Amino acid sequence: MADAILRAEGISKWFGGVAALQDVDFEIAPGEHAALVGDNGAGKSTLVKVLTGAERPDGGRIWFDGQERHFHSPLDARRAGIETVYQTLALADHLDVVANLFLGREKYRVRLGPFSVLNRSAMRAEARKMLESTGVHIPDLRSSVMGMSGGQRQGVAIARAAGMGSQVIVLDEPTAALGVQETARVEEIIRGLKRRGVTMLMVSHNLRQVFDLVDTIWVLRHGQMVGRRDTSEVSPEEIVSMITGADRVTGLEFT
Amino acid sequence: MTRQTAVPDAAAAPAPGPASAGDERLARTRLLNQLVVRPELGSVLGAVLVFVLFSVVTDRFLTPSGVATWLDDSATLGIMAVAVSLLMIGGEFDLSAGVMTASTSLVTAIFATQLGWNTWAALAASLVFALLVGFLNGWLVMRTGLPSFIITLASFLMLQGLNLGVTRLMTGTVQVSGMRSAAGYASSGFVFASTMDIGGTTIQVSILWWLLVTAVASWVLMRTPFGNWIFAVGGSSASARAVGVPVTRTKILLFMTTATAAWLVGSINILRFTTAQANQGIGLELQFIVAAVVGGCLLTGGFGSAVGAAVGALIFGMARQGIVFARWESDWFQLFLGAMLLAAVLVNNAFRRRAERVRR
Ligand SMILES: Nc1ncnc2c1ncn2[C@@H]1O[C@H](COP(=O)(O)OP(=O)(O)OP(=O)(O)O)[C@@H](O)[C@H]1O
Ligand SMILES: [Mg+2]
Repeated sequence: MADAILRAEGISKWFGGVAALQDVDFEIAPGEHAALVGDNGAGKSTLVKVLTGAERPDGGRIWFDGQERHFHSPLDARRAGIETVYQTLALADHLDVVANLFLGREKYRVRLGPFSVLNRSAMRAEARKMLESTGVHIPDLRSSVMGMSGGQRQGVAIARAAGMGSQVIVLDEPTAALGVQETARVEEIIRGLKRRGVTMLMVSHNLRQVFDLVDTIWVLRHGQMVGRRDTSEVSPEEIVSMITGADRVTGLEFT
Repeated sequence: MTRQTAVPDAAAAPAPGPASAGDERLARTRLLNQLVVRPELGSVLGAVLVFVLFSVVTDRFLTPSGVATWLDDSATLGIMAVAVSLLMIGGEFDLSAGVMTASTSLVTAIFATQLGWNTWAALAASLVFALLVGFLNGWLVMRTGLPSFIITLASFLMLQGLNLGVTRLMTGTVQVSGMRSAAGYASSGFVFASTMDIGGTTIQVSILWWLLVTAVASWVLMRTPFGNWIFAVGGSSASARAVGVPVTRTKILLFMTTATAAWLVGSINILRFTTAQANQGIGLELQFIVAAVVGGCLLTGGFGSAVGAAVGALIFGMARQGIVFARWESDWFQLFLGAMLLAAVLVNNAFRRRAERVRR
């Protein structure tokens, strides 16, 4: 597809003797919402990390925004316009909400490299807007994120990603640790991204959520991409059998 | 961490108007919480305690010359403790920091007295040396992924050996002296080791350096992106990296900062005493860490305060000189130190647990 905003071809990644990814292809079009599904250890997080610069692939090529890219760090990818919320590393625990939202793109009163003077009131004001437009409710912006609930933390992380003005947002299991209500809230945030035309790739184990939220589903199994399906043209049963590798599905996981 | 604006908020809390009893209690709790989450609170309480104790049991402690004496004792320790606290908030240790204060003295003295350089040029050479050692410490830690404890233990031992070996090679003894006759001694001595007369009391300029370093460090920590990075890399460098903080650069800069502080202290010492002993500085590194921990730094990183570390150093200076003024055996100092450390850690721990819930 020529108009893909992010495309990967023949990606492979080894950890010691384990092939986490083998010859994996992937692509996503502007404005598209896609999901990456697969069993534990299938390689979903690894693919996300490779696409976003957190891991270097051992083989394969990546194109973003019409150019071939070699991201050396998440910062590289972010500068290019890919914003990622990692499964376990979404936030800096010891900083408050505002500092987290602006980490790496602080606003300054005086510019002196790392020793610039922070414009804290401007950051606080914009933080409020970012959280509001993403639909995240945080009572006190100066509380550190360490003491916050899983949903609030995820909300801050997504608001941060969405507020960057990035072209692509990648979410690794954004609702994995959340309760029913908090999950619903995060899903609403993701729908908001779709309405705003933000491209999104998410990793999820929750097929109900995947079918509710995305346009296309990519299935990984044992480090290999076993297929891509349009959500409108596939049944949950078929996805489950692709995930498990079973021809016939007996017990269904559709929650 | 507490990047807070205590003043405006504390002022806003007891707002005028028809506040109900409940509001007032809430306001008071908020104020209390704000105080309690300050990492330096424990050290300030400790400092008050020590201050009152020695003010009562000795006559000299509160006299202008007494104050000047314990401030002077605290100053060079304080400069180092503040730098070490930044490093510790950033999640690292520097065991070579104590010996570095001697190494920098020696480098300056050797260049000035043995090679005949102008003192300023010798100081510059010594600064370059310090920056290099700091860079190497940081680079090795980041490159190998080994604990900074091990890496800097190695540089501690190597510097200790170098200090003695090079000094003996150059001078045939274990000290370098004769700074006073070096060119540029007067002007550099004015900057690093002069005294001021305030109301008949002689004040060392090192105290001003201590205040300046504390103010700058605190400013950087609370008001600049670099400060945010320090807290972020100390909390979790993996998360920090994932959200885009330049982790390696931040940590290397922190090691270089500590080395620069050691250079400042080394310069103050060599210009004040005009003689450098090759075996100086050993054991000081632990005092720096103790002062930083008493000041609220967590050993695990991500939490602490520069002002707290300065106050931690103040406690040291007050106790050390207070014990002298009281004519107690100096043996008691170590006992006191251990007790102080234990108390501070317990108090800070209790506060921090509360802080983690409040966090502002
Ligand atoms: N840093 C690493 N070092 C060694 N092995 C790794 C590393 N990261 C991933 N792996 C291995 O690569 C494989 C794929 O892991 P990955 O985390 O991508 O799976 P996943 O699909 O995200 O699983 P989950 O659903 O549990 O999050 C696993 O076998 C895992 O053990
Ligand atoms: Mg995963």
